Amino acid sequence: MHVTMTVNGGEVERDIEPRVLLVHFLREDLGLTGTHWGCDTSNCGTCVVQVDGQPVKSCTMLAAMADGHSVRTVEGLEVGGKIDPIQQGFMEEHGLQCGFCTPGMMLTARELIDKNPHPTEGEIREAISGQICRCTGYATIVRAIQWAADHPAATEATLQDAPLEDGIPEDAALEVVPPQKETAKA
Amino acid sequence: MTIVDEPRTHAEHGSEHGRDHEHNPAAGDAERPIGFGRLQRKEDPRFVRGQGNYTDDVVLPGMLHGAILRAPVAHARIVSIDTSEALARPGVRAVITGKDLEPLKLAWIPTLSYDVQAVLATDKVRFQGQEVAFVIADDRYAARDALESINVEYDILPPVVDLRHALDADAPVIRDDLEGRTDNHINDWDCGDKAATEAVFAKADVVVKQEIVYPRVHPAPMETCGAVASFNPVSGELTLYETSQAPHAHRTIIAMVAGIPEHKIHIISPDIGGGFGNKVGIYPGYVLAIVGSIVTGHPVKWMEDRSENLMSTSFARDYIMTGEIAATKDGTLLGLRANVLADHGAFNGTAQPTKYPAGFFNLFPGSYTWEAVYGKVTSVYTNKAPGGVAYACSFRVTEASYFVERMIDRLAIELNMDPAELRLKNFIKPEQFPYDNKAGFDYDSGQYEFTMRHAMDLVGYDDLRKEQAEKRARGELMGIGISFFTEGVGAGPRKHMDILGLGMADGAELRIHPTGKAVVRISVQSQGQAHETTFAQIVSEEIGIPPEDIEVVHGDTDQTPFGLGTYGSRSTPVSGAAVALVTRKVRDKARLIAAAMLETRPEDLEWEKGRWFVKGDPSAGKTIQEIALAAHGTMELPEGVDGNLDAEVTYDPPNLTYPYGAYFCVTDIDRGTGKVVVRRFLAVDDCGTRINPMVIEGQVHGGLTDGVGMALMEIIEFDSDGNNLGGSFMDYLIPTAMEVPDWETGFTVTPSPHHPIGAKGIGESATVGSPAAIVNSVIDALRPLGVTAIDMPCTPARVWDAMQGHAAPPI
Repeated sequence: MHVTMTVNGGEVERDIEPRVLLVHFLREDLGLTGTHWGCDTSNCGTCVVQVDGQPVKSCTMLAAMADGHSVRTVEGLEVGGKIDPIQQGFMEEHGLQCGFCTPGMMLTARELIDKNPHPTEGEIREAISGQICRCTGYATIVRAIQWAADHPAATEATLQDAPLEDGIPEDAALEVVPPQKETAKA
Repeated sequence: MTIVDEPRTHAEHGSEHGRDHEHNPAAGDAERPIGFGRLQRKEDPRFVRGQGNYTDDVVLPGMLHGAILRAPVAHARIVSIDTSEALARPGVRAVITGKDLEPLKLAWIPTLSYDVQAVLATDKVRFQGQEVAFVIADDRYAARDALESINVEYDILPPVVDLRHALDADAPVIRDDLEGRTDNHINDWDCGDKAATEAVFAKADVVVKQEIVYPRVHPAPMETCGAVASFNPVSGELTLYETSQAPHAHRTIIAMVAGIPEHKIHIISPDIGGGFGNKVGIYPGYVLAIVGSIVTGHPVKWMEDRSENLMSTSFARDYIMTGEIAATKDGTLLGLRANVLADHGAFNGTAQPTKYPAGFFNLFPGSYTWEAVYGKVTSVYTNKAPGGVAYACSFRVTEASYFVERMIDRLAIELNMDPAELRLKNFIKPEQFPYDNKAGFDYDSGQYEFTMRHAMDLVGYDDLRKEQAEKRARGELMGIGISFFTEGVGAGPRKHMDILGLGMADGAELRIHPTGKAVVRISVQSQGQAHETTFAQIVSEEIGIPPEDIEVVHGDTDQTPFGLGTYGSRSTPVSGAAVALVTRKVRDKARLIAAAMLETRPEDLEWEKGRWFVKGDPSAGKTIQEIALAAHGTMELPEGVDGNLDAEVTYDPPNLTYPYGAYFCVTDIDRGTGKVVVRRFLAVDDCGTRINPMVIEGQVHGGLTDGVGMALMEIIEFDSDGNNLGGSFMDYLIPTAMEVPDWETGFTVTPSPHHPIGAKGIGESATVGSPAAIVNSVIDALRPLGVTAIDMPCTPARVWDAMQGHAAPPI
């Protein structure tokens, strides 16, 4: 069957098997491997993406059900060279270790802060309670989300932050050191 | 020996506080810190962008997908397997059975404990979930569909489920594939002094006996196990992407098993979504992906699903431990006996050093002085999944620590003595180190009483006891549980420790490029432990280059030196030592070059972080960056010095390291439901020198959450037919953010005397130490009801049962 949807702001269309799960569509048809798969039973939440702004477990939704809707994945958090405060918060507060649950956690947290800019610790814990992290013990995830709530402005991606494949941000200031003649003499 | 006494509690956390560069205030500047201290992780930028590269993210041209058909029953003879219908399905390229593997000599592979394990069952299935057939198809859906079309006829046999009956005379023999095998006995192992312990018990005022069950649990990393194999028939080269904590050991073992020359095998262990010991072993699926690639001529991906992970890959624990403790009536410990029955499942696949079939259960005497101890472990086969040492356990240290800490509390109850006071009375004293624990291990260093008292201050122990007394008077159930653990990690000295004959050493290579940037290549593999950050910090500390200028390469056998990998908290104790030593080697070489540059003698130079300078004339010096350029430049180098600033070492640890900690857990129990709530948990850890406090805190938090899981929720149970009752996350419960408190942590620092930087390892401390604190707290809460023991997991139902089995609660 044919599906058309908006993914991270861009329109995509594909012919797919009707039974294909959204998580597999995103990972295998679109190559967006930041969304992970971790269980068979909708318990772990490593597959959480936003559909029309709502966090959804993409292993529990057919790609066909997303037809005509808007999907946001972890790859869509960074916009125009600016990383989302939630991404910065996870780095600031050591909210991740192996990184496998992180994309789902961040998308749930983004939606939480969107609707509740100043969540309490209890509200944060409840918001992420459908998702499992095996590494962090959650306290640093809670702190990371609190950090993002306290720093609502998006952060310029710095030279150090930028992954190599993304190249150097256009606005990065590079200090160019001219070659020094003294060291060139043989 | 330095003592750093800086409490870091939940009330004090925060990014301002956290930016301190602990132990290293003078080095570097605020923007480019050098060496140890809190530092954001170098791996985070890719992970927060979804740019991690996990095994299931690997896509190769022409790649096919594999799926495994698994046994529906625990014990049965295979009568026939019909694959014809599956082969006829669209998209199916091949179906492989055990019979197909026999001529390749791959139907069975060696386990890490000198047993063999079936890759695909040929004669019998021996546990529910065992591998029976492998389908290779164009996509993962087609492969799964085809599993339904394989027809297997089974002749069902009675299973051995209860390990207490595994050695009964009439128990079915599980391993009839092993010649001459007439029972389910694997081995017996003991340590300590049996006769001396008996003598001590004979003279003791008080003897207490207690059975303690550590149930079967599972590491369950968020990423399941999997592999992508690509065999090139022209070059004969195998490239294997896999979820491996030990890529070099896997390469050697695969070379031995599959007959592919080792230099033709390239193993890449990319980003790993959590390991916890689950990804140490070589699973049938990895072998099947390799065979599938050879058979089809295409790359083959195999990723297990969650049920396969929980039902067939390496479990942990499954120890029934009977303890006896002998003491004087004033609370002086005299003797300790442990008698253990261990369930190893259908194949003996435990991962541990060869000479230690019960892992490091030798640590069961714990942190105390005894006149004599004796421990014995008997291991048996059952019709359950194989494995045994996994889940952040430091090789059975978890079982040992849980055992002794439960026993100490049991004695405290018997003596009507405060459990903190009983521990303080019997700790090994600082001046007694190195300390022979009478069970075969020599502890390196510790200040147990100091750490314990620091933890008691931080948690407010006396106030907690007062609060408890008030609550008890009102009929409320509040518990305070203590655990004081000593781990032995960093396996290990080559002369004592090997896995399948491979000595447990690790290599490191360091290159300083001409511009002063560095690359360090290590043999261990991160599954989230931040090696790319902390190993760069070790190099930085030793040579003064900022961590951001140091690339850490790991997880790729073509790019890194040989070593045994990451498990048992061995990365920092072994590989971390290798990295420190290789950096010192480079620093020594830099001294020779600097001397030539400064036209002086090497012995006239003095080191400060980042540069060599002339003694008495600090202005005359050369930075490591200047020396690196000179090493690669045109300057005439001293005799015998090569034109580079590179080095390599292999580190053979002289001993294990012995991290320890004092843990306190406060629980409240609902009288109406038996539900346990962990209200507070304080962990005070001493892991020696601290490289990155932020990473250490994260490691501790994760382990504490493991502890809550095991103590309150997690268990892999079986019914009487051998059906696995914990085969999904619906049944195998893992703590979420709702079940754990905001952790409180503190630390003391007692460096390891033999480790180059004094570090001891921290990865598993909290998993080892926390379960006993939680269970002791539950028992303490239930004391008014006469409860003296309860086994994990302390589910509401189990706690409720314990509450009902005793006298009516006081009003």
